[in-house]
Amino acid sequence: MNWIYEPWPWYVSGPMIALIMFLLLMVGKNFGMSSNLRTLCTICGAGNKVNFFKFDWKSQKWNLIVVLGAIIGGFIASTFLTNDASVAINPNTIADLQELGFESAGKAYLPTELFALDAMTDIKSLSILIIGGLLVGFGTRYAGGCTSGHAISGLSNLQLPSLIAVIGFFIGGLVMIYIIFPLIF
Amino acid sequence: MRTISYLLIGIVFGITMYKSEAASWFRIYEMFKFESFHMYGIIGSALVIGIIMVQLIKRLHIKSFYGETIKFYPKEKSFSRYMIGGIIFGLGWALAGACPGPMFTLVGAGYVPILVLILASIVGTFLYGLIKDKLPH
Repeated sequence: MNWIYEPWPWYVSGPMIALIMFLLLMVGKNFGMSSNLRTLCTICGAGNKVNFFKFDWKSQKWNLIVVLGAIIGGFIASTFLTNDASVAINPNTIADLQELGFESAGKAYLPTELFALDAMTDIKSLSILIIGGLLVGFGTRYAGGCTSGHAISGLSNLQLPSLIAVIGFFIGGLVMIYIIFPLIF
Repeated sequence: MRTISYLLIGIVFGITMYKSEAASWFRIYEMFKFESFHMYGIIGSALVIGIIMVQLIKRLHIKSFYGETIKFYPKEKSFSRYMIGGIIFGLGWALAGACPGPMFTLVGAGYVPILVLILASIVGTFLYGLIKDKLPH
């Protein structure tokens, strides 16, 4: 039964994501997670100030329930289906990250330098989370979707806009890791 | 009944994001470094199956579980919004190591600081809505 605690290889994970998209289509919905951020803005009252948020958020309630499920799934997977959460990334990547100051590379699921509770008192870690979040929230709505909406749903439907967006994702990601990371870490 | 189906799909999604390690900051970094096939294998295999699936649904006119026609919404034509928006998202994705699905999975996995990231991404979405009309689309 030890296999149950092992991380899933790509050839299990990828088909599982396709299955999730299939199930959502079969219940009459589309796979896309970033629109929830807009819905949450509306629930917080953003519709009173900005027209973009003026819509009946109850029409998106189903997707918030998917989010609730994703939270529960994260709890189940980390609590009952995992013994050792450390992620076995490429040893070269580990060496590289340690040089940048990420001592937890290869030993944890998330870098403790950013996601441990005491990182919250570190102004640099906190800024990284805030700036990262702002960019994700702004960019994903500007592009009209994120990894699920464009890279999976959109490309599966052979949408050229989604291909442009995914190329953009990679340009942004590569600029961050090759140009900006050496400056900030 | 429908509510329960959304919840169950979400739970399977959350477990998949965690167990596939797609919710790990380290995997995202490794992907952008091109030092592992893992993330490419996940997205690539999901995509190959997804393309076949969408084609089958369209050509065989497969109906949903509730007998409704399955609708696909074509994305509106543009270059700048997808390219610029995509680059901004990519910068954040690589920095924070989490996109809008996995960030919720990580809440369930017990990482408190991820709440800061979620809050900031809600604010980021709000800022977009605020200046949307001034941006090239």
